[in-house]
Amino acid sequence: MPASPADLAVLGAGPAGLAAAAAASRAGANVVVIDGNSRVGGQYWRHRDGDTGRGHHHWSVLTGLRAAVPEFLGGHQVWHVERIGDGFAVHTSGGEVRCRALIVATGAYDRQLPFPGWTLPGVFTAGGAQALLKGHGVTAGRRIVVAGTGPFLLPVAAGLADAGAHVVGVFEAGSPRGFVRHPGALLANPGKLGEGAGYLRTLMRHRIPYRTRTTVAAAHGTESVSSATVATLDADWRVLRRREVECDAIAVGYGFTPQLEIPLQLGCATRLDADGSLVARADDQQRATVPGVYLAGEVCGVGGAPLSLVEGELAGLHAAWTTIGAAPDNARVGRLLRRRRANRAFAAALHDAHPVRPGWLTWLDGQTQLCRCEEVTVDRVRESIVDLGATDTRAVKLLARPGMGLCQGRVCGYATSCFVADACGRQPTEQDLLGVAARPIAQPVTLGELARD
Amino acid sequence: MRFSFGDREIEVEPGQSIGAALIAAGYRSWRTTRGEGAPRGVFCGIGVCFDCLVVVNGRPNQRACLTDARPGDRIEPQEGAGRAGLAC
Repeated sequence: MPASPADLAVLGAGPAGLAAAAAASRAGANVVVIDGNSRVGGQYWRHRDGDTGRGHHHWSVLTGLRAAVPEFLGGHQVWHVERIGDGFAVHTSGGEVRCRALIVATGAYDRQLPFPGWTLPGVFTAGGAQALLKGHGVTAGRRIVVAGTGPFLLPVAAGLADAGAHVVGVFEAGSPRGFVRHPGALLANPGKLGEGAGYLRTLMRHRIPYRTRTTVAAAHGTESVSSATVATLDADWRVLRRREVECDAIAVGYGFTPQLEIPLQLGCATRLDADGSLVARADDQQRATVPGVYLAGEVCGVGGAPLSLVEGELAGLHAAWTTIGAAPDNARVGRLLRRRRANRAFAAALHDAHPVRPGWLTWLDGQTQLCRCEEVTVDRVRESIVDLGATDTRAVKLLARPGMGLCQGRVCGYATSCFVADACGRQPTEQDLLGVAARPIAQPVTLGELARD
Repeated sequence: MRFSFGDREIEVEPGQSIGAALIAAGYRSWRTTRGEGAPRGVFCGIGVCFDCLVVVNGRPNQRACLTDARPGDRIEPQEGAGRAGLAC
């Protein structure tokens, strides 16, 4: 434990956290960056030792930021943050860190929709397949189906194909033509369009089919996946036609869920974002609604790495201002706010083009597990609503136990909220998502670690 | 560099997780669930889902996707809560 508190602790060493730490550190603040991973970069720049940046975007940005971050506590899993006096105590698997202000940049993970067979080994999240490849040099299988919705499916498929896997197809449940409704957002972000076109060229080079209004609606196998039901969908994602394709792996994702444990532990206000995710509220200085807490990146709305870099820099500048009095340059802040607006418009266009449609609920059968950890089936959740009278996610959680297992509802929280709301004849609300998002302990911690702390 | 998995020796590259090395060696699952005894392996790959739990040098409930493999590690599959030998 440092003898005196740091001016700033930054939680998360992805694009947002590194940009925040670099900006604050250059402004003269004493900054410590904490991450569960042993390397900086987060999921976006996940890499191996000795990686030279091949296949990574904006690698030089990472090397620049890394050089500007003086103190990095890697392999430190944050399990709780509490306010102590004017500052904070950050409890990690590697001990306690004290700080005067906090920047939360904990990112997001793949959002999942359950389907029959999704618990079979060989079904991976899209980000999981990507992490195996970028972080460990391992392809998730030999014949891989990539499915779900959103632009992230493209780099996952392109990376797997370039690494030698046979990608059977990329099946996009949405119909991204909706994108053309946002010409302004597109023209203001030409770089992202070029990136997408590059991935599509890679798919064409490998002769990988890209199909819209199509997804994996079931996985089959005994000990592991041996085939997938690929379904064509109507506009609401009800199944029109099914066919079975052989595969030994499926990589699937339906957007992202922000990691909100720490903002919720500290009492930060939230809102429901355009993509249906629960996010923490941040103002023009990236301040949360709780004094001393700043937010950057996906925790205040899923928007990708360029937006995270801008929000991180804003958060770092303003946090340095309040902690050590280093006033930021007005022109610089103005430029960052303009870039934030353009990037957020692009993110909103993406969310609008890739909504999760309610027809996914018709893919389920009674024995499909909504909650993988506690093995809670659709039938048991329905029973808690129909027979026991639960009307919200929290009551369903207490009666049928979805979200009560080891992952604490991280994986099933969104889908369970959608399922419960639909069964009750309404839309999922912020309260539904809050009911499965609050985790007073953010990571499993042994009694021994608690006793030491 | 190698670690043992049951009675097999698994090749692993420096910095690779136990889960990644097991997948590279052809394994898909190394855990059974507490309720139905169903097979599970890596799902999220980034420490979120806890599906890939494994016993590392006698310690159960370690996330294979996050735990770096070290030479000489003894890795075993995990059944249920991983406490079969403790009668609790």
